[in-house]
Amino acid sequence: MTEMNMLQAINSALDTAMAENERVLCFGEDVGVFGGVFRATSNLQQKYGKARCFNTPLVEQGIIGFANGLAAQGSVPVAEIQFADYIFPAFDQIVNESAKFRYRSGNLFNVGGLTIRAPYGGGIAGGLYHSQSPEAYFAHTPGLKIVVPRNPHQAKGLLLGAIHDPNPTLFFEPKRLYRASVGDVPDEDYRLPLGEAEVIKEGTDITLLGWGAQMEVIQQAVELAEKEGISCEVIDLRTILPWDVETVANSVLKTGRLVVTHEAPLTGGFAGEIAATIQDRCFLYLESPIARVTGMDTPFPLVLEKEHLPNHLKVYEAIRASVEF
Amino acid sequence: MTTTKSKVVYSPVFTDGAEFRIPTFKLLKQDGSLYKSAKAPDLDKEKALRIYRAMITTRILDERMLAAQRQGRLSFYMQCTGEEAAVIGSAAALDDDDMIMAQYREQGALAYRGFTIDEFMNQLFGNEMDYGKGRQMPVHYGSKKLNYMTISSPLATQIPQATGYAYGQKLAGDGHCTITYFGEGAASEGDFHAALNMAAVHRVPVIFLCRNNGYAISTPAAEQFAADGVAPRAYGYKMDVIRVDGNDILAMYQATQEARKLAVEHNRPVLIEAMSYRLAAHSSSDDPSGYRSKDEEAVWREKDPILRMRLWLESKNWWSESDEKQLQETMRREVLETMKRAQKRPPPALETLVTDVYDEVPPMLEEQFKNLKAHIRKHPDAYPKSAEHAKGGA
Ligand SMILES: Cc1ncc(C[n+]2csc(CCOP(=O)(O)OP(=O)(O)O)c2C)c(N)n1
Repeated sequence: MTEMNMLQAINSALDTAMAENERVLCFGEDVGVFGGVFRATSNLQQKYGKARCFNTPLVEQGIIGFANGLAAQGSVPVAEIQFADYIFPAFDQIVNESAKFRYRSGNLFNVGGLTIRAPYGGGIAGGLYHSQSPEAYFAHTPGLKIVVPRNPHQAKGLLLGAIHDPNPTLFFEPKRLYRASVGDVPDEDYRLPLGEAEVIKEGTDITLLGWGAQMEVIQQAVELAEKEGISCEVIDLRTILPWDVETVANSVLKTGRLVVTHEAPLTGGFAGEIAATIQDRCFLYLESPIARVTGMDTPFPLVLEKEHLPNHLKVYEAIRASVEF
Repeated sequence: MTTTKSKVVYSPVFTDGAEFRIPTFKLLKQDGSLYKSAKAPDLDKEKALRIYRAMITTRILDERMLAAQRQGRLSFYMQCTGEEAAVIGSAAALDDDDMIMAQYREQGALAYRGFTIDEFMNQLFGNEMDYGKGRQMPVHYGSKKLNYMTISSPLATQIPQATGYAYGQKLAGDGHCTITYFGEGAASEGDFHAALNMAAVHRVPVIFLCRNNGYAISTPAAEQFAADGVAPRAYGYKMDVIRVDGNDILAMYQATQEARKLAVEHNRPVLIEAMSYRLAAHSSSDDPSGYRSKDEEAVWREKDPILRMRLWLESKNWWSESDEKQLQETMRREVLETMKRAQKRPPPALETLVTDVYDEVPPMLEEQFKNLKAHIRKHPDAYPKSAEHAKGGA
């Protein structure tokens, strides 16, 4: 065990995977000697050489197209997109190619070894183009896995899980927590399962569901609510696609109430999908409408980002409204 | 049938493009004198001084705002330092009504067009007078009045847009063109290639200006492309191209002037590769000591484009030590005073959160806004920037 921040945990996961398997490669913009603009790939080039950890030219569609080819060949690429906001030039390669490789070839070929890492989310004064949470766009695409860790321990375990998962996986890292979130992380290889939500805290009155940086927000809201005697069950979804319906539904069958929160806009956000599925599964057990606490239906602002973001006060109000419904 | 008119050979002949060695156009030496066979372009005193003032403005703004960022007054900043001649020399060769579509490091062009220090500051501080309404990070300037398209952060997206904009200008027959700026890093994006190809096929009056400053954040040009710079790519699209010493104000001015003629009078798109160096860090969040040496930077500091122009101006007796001193002092004072003013101005109104998403605020946003206001009224202390704004209305 070593105390690490989230960046160090991600670096440790990459280091572990590269040490174990020489087919694992890391690349992207500024990933090489500099170690990435956030330093997630620090020292990897020095340790594993330029052939396995390198800078690419500045072209996201090229990075992911190249990674698709590498993965089809049997290598294990971990491609970095510098900010999730800049994943869109690679959208075609991800949505039409990575996601459909296995299906369209009748499983003759696949790009299961591919992992795409990208820092996502707001709260860093990044404005329109350094703050977005694009998970819902990809969640509409069968064939991909989408994972979001909430702290250093989860980041290392889930990233190793993603690298070893035989499906193309998008790994969105909450950059607001990169240095802010610190905790004990095992030094050895350990893998957390994809597709499983984690019940972080048990409770009886209401279920709170989120992922990534919103988990911290939920914890703060829960502290306020529990002071008023509301017992909260907290679940980290961890994998957005395919998501763990069972764990969430079982919780809501018990508590009868659900608040889902994410930073992305409300309309078409992944909370909508969750709400629809859970009301289908749990309709007769629901004590109040499923609440969604999300970013607004606007691009991400700069000066007024605090107003835009779904913070702990907004989540707390949603808990109150649900309990008092 | 293909349209290739190539000669036929009867044994395999490979070519790697190494034969395309593009020369570099220079006029001015670092000591302010002209190269022997060089002839200065037609640049009168008034215009030369307008260029020089824009250079000084940009340099002082960069220095002051980086310092302000370091003091925590500003969240972020990006400098043009070292590339003033490439940016301002080219912008000065255009008609003020030609369109500029920049990447982000081209505040010099905006300064040349007449963007005031006050206007710069309002954007940098995202206050209620920022034209962009406090929505974008610092240095994402825009000015409708000055024909300067608002900056967008995703790299290279402006390049094909410039082709489209210029095609519209051609159809309108108004005798104008568009210039688009980008770095040698951004030139790797698919958008760059799409833009050049479309411009060449449709004979669009657009000037593509690549600032080759050696680095894209930490990535040196040698890891960006294997070729001799960006310029040879123009051959592949059959486009006019010129490589220029980007620290040479006269060469930049003349090359762009000629490029503009090709674009506007003959509908020939042009690629200009300005060879320069990013003297500063990539941005205020970057530390270049992790990927390049002080010695390397020092070599380029010696080639300072502003000093080079100043020496030329002095050789023509258009500028003196005391002019310099006076300009520096007034600019520094103005920058400081204006910064203080801009910092004090209130943030944009709360409703700017929901306006301009569409032409009118749609019902679902109306509803979200109403709820937000009620929420802020309930917790005014948590939202110091907008508690006042949330008071009014339902
Ligand atoms: C599509 C996209 N990918 C990545 C980024 C992040 N980014 C911002 S600036 C930059 C480097 C750009 O280098 P270059 O085009 O050479 O211009 P310079 O900064 O040298 O002026 C990168 C990678 C971005 N803004 N947009």
